[in-house]
Amino acid sequence: MSEIRGLFRTPWLGPLLALCLLYALFTALAPDTFARQSNLLTMLRQTSVVGIAAVGMTFTIVLGGIDLSVGSAVALTTVVVAECLRAGMGPVAAAGLGVLSGGVLGLGNGALVTGLKISPFIVTLGTMSILRGVAKGIADEQKIDADPRGLDALMQNHAGSLAPPPGVWLMLAATLFGVGLLTYTKIGRQIVAVGSNRETARLCGISLPKTTLFVYALSGLLVGLAGVLEFSTLTVGDPTDSVGLELEVIAAVVIGGGSLSGGQGSASGTLVGALLLTVIKAGCTHLGFPNWVQEIFTGFIIVVAMSIDRLRQRAR
Amino acid sequence: MSGSAAPALLHVAGLSKSFGATKALSDVQLSLRAGEVHALLGENGAGKSTLLKILAGTQRADSGSLELAGRRYAPSTPLQAQALGVAFVAQEPALCADLSVAENILLGALPGSFGVVDRAALRRRAGAALARVLPEGALLPDLAQRAGALGQGDRQLVCLARALAQTECRILILDEPTSTLNSSEAERLFGVVRELTKSGMAVLYVSHFLEEVERIADRYTVLRDGQFVQSGALAQTTRSELVKLMAGRDVQALFPRSARTPGEVVLDLRELSGKNLPISASLTLRRGEVLGIAGLLGAGRTELLRAIFGLEAVKSGSLRVKAVVGAASPARRLAQGVGLLSEDRKGEGLAESLSLGDNITLSKLESLGSFGLVSPKRRSAIARTHLERLGVRARGPEQLARDLSGGNQQKICFARLLHHGLDVLLLDEPTRGVDVGSRADLYRIIDELAARGNAVLMVSSYLPELLGVCDRIAVMVRGRLLPARPASELSEHALLLEATG
Repeated sequence: MSEIRGLFRTPWLGPLLALCLLYALFTALAPDTFARQSNLLTMLRQTSVVGIAAVGMTFTIVLGGIDLSVGSAVALTTVVVAECLRAGMGPVAAAGLGVLSGGVLGLGNGALVTGLKISPFIVTLGTMSILRGVAKGIADEQKIDADPRGLDALMQNHAGSLAPPPGVWLMLAATLFGVGLLTYTKIGRQIVAVGSNRETARLCGISLPKTTLFVYALSGLLVGLAGVLEFSTLTVGDPTDSVGLELEVIAAVVIGGGSLSGGQGSASGTLVGALLLTVIKAGCTHLGFPNWVQEIFTGFIIVVAMSIDRLRQRAR
Repeated sequence: MSGSAAPALLHVAGLSKSFGATKALSDVQLSLRAGEVHALLGENGAGKSTLLKILAGTQRADSGSLELAGRRYAPSTPLQAQALGVAFVAQEPALCADLSVAENILLGALPGSFGVVDRAALRRRAGAALARVLPEGALLPDLAQRAGALGQGDRQLVCLARALAQTECRILILDEPTSTLNSSEAERLFGVVRELTKSGMAVLYVSHFLEEVERIADRYTVLRDGQFVQSGALAQTTRSELVKLMAGRDVQALFPRSARTPGEVVLDLRELSGKNLPISASLTLRRGEVLGIAGLLGAGRTELLRAIFGLEAVKSGSLRVKAVVGAASPARRLAQGVGLLSEDRKGEGLAESLSLGDNITLSKLESLGSFGLVSPKRRSAIARTHLERLGVRARGPEQLARDLSGGNQQKICFARLLHHGLDVLLLDEPTRGVDVGSRADLYRIIDELAARGNAVLMVSSYLPELLGVCDRIAVMVRGRLLPARPASELSEHALLLEATG
């Protein structure tokens, strides 16, 4: 029993085991389709948008915050990128502006949280609606067609090649960045400190407003990057896209060991969480389960992950 | 260490601080010398914490002068106080549980360049800071360990190391440092404190345990009711004299006492112990009796009441309420006629955003109508009778609880217990934060309840009140309840002596 408890102490080891088990299970049940290498690639690609946004959400959640506006921000970013391309900008400039707009939106969330001293849940519930409205306004409630000028290559496989597209590499890079930041940098440790015990952090001279602004802005940049990849997948700017994406993103963080009360969470765990969600979806599809079964299964996994987390906390 | 010629490192004079109408400190003086351990003594509510908060920079004084090494000292934040060399270690060690021990020690100034933490330097410097607060030859706690996994004693050492690591510390303030420690951890702390004073640091040591103070401190200052009473060398006084200085006030004629006739036993505890506290408590409570429990903060008195009421787990021992044996949930206790008045009025006792009527009827909504319906009219009528009976100063039943003064709020809490028709009342600090006028009203209510055959178990840190209201009083010391004795045979002096022994 004590060994099992010991295992629980590594927050994302459990989810990683679950990921492997589920992967093995689906492989056994649908060996012809699910186990194919091309499917692995597809799943990685499908995880990229959620995975990158979830690295940002990891920072937010470790700080003790939350961001419900992620889905709207991603949709707005696809619109911004499409508009930029339509205005004749090059792909790099358009993508850059997309990422930047995400950062600005995040900074706005952070400013509202620190400036008005409103809980981040409420602030981002508000901005979720605001950003969705802005996206629809800019796009005139329609999809915006634009020549992607090569941006679509970010998320496309070359025919016959098994090399992952750049989007997948970006996801892995973002995860590594997240691990490095939270583990090895001063600001990262300060984020953990604030999420762990705000009062102590303040007593030790850590500026809560600065840390908060930094986290929301950084998280926003990653959401912007996720938005660029979403545009690359859709190849249009769609203001009605990614409704509810934030819940998936939060689920990935939480499955990966993040605690909504702050102080706990890791980018590596988050990646595992995001992959777990994708594997469930893809596996159910391959087995021919209808959508509603997938949804029930996903919800079930989240609750199971949480109860394991409770056990883990108690084992401490 | 002694000798009046030694210059004062910190000099406080004429310090005053009020919160609204309450004077927390008035004209207080304090003088700390380099290299001494100075004990700050006083009963709960004497103003010690306010003084500490002002010194540590979390609160500002209204008037008075503070000088540190001859210069004006007026920190507006804890950080500023630290920068000036005044470090404060709170009673409850405040740590970031999710960070490592080393990170907690150097949190304010993590070493590194370009934003990347230099882990080798972190370990080295944290290790050095920790070594300073460990007695010679003691084992260093694992620096990479999560701080949340540490025991209380080690947590305190980490806080101490942090306080000393961040600036050149000249004055170290320790607030009840041993209240969460076991005796060997306390022993270790004493060694550390002595070692630190050798380098000229002054330690302001707040503790209720006089035996401890006599061992560790060189001089003392006693506060009472927010006022300076006396300062002196511990070598020239006795424990009994200190107790007299701390307590010495007249018992006011506040306490009505009707004829009470003890009846059947309604509460019977045998060696009851909770999860952490109490460790062992035995008592019997009869109808028509007020039984008081004295003791220091953290002795386990609140936990005892909460265990009886079912808010905290009972680990062992027997517990009988009327005919019912064993632990029960708060809902069951209410059904048995047992009620609890919480010490935490704002956090637990009242729903501050609800009206007085709501608060009074909250535990017994079924009295407001049948079929699960609630009649606002009946609620107002019930509330109005209670407001009148208890002399609550309020506009009416619809007023919000948060708008009332502390005393009137507490009357609302009492009204809820009365409305529920309970006959065993567990009162936790019933007059905390209550003005003298309302106190008299509450004492009258308690007396009436007892005279009518209700049983009252009352925890209080205000000794005159216990002596005035209770028939018998038991003292709780570090989780153990001593046998109850008739209040007529006891004095403040005797109670304090027992509680601090």
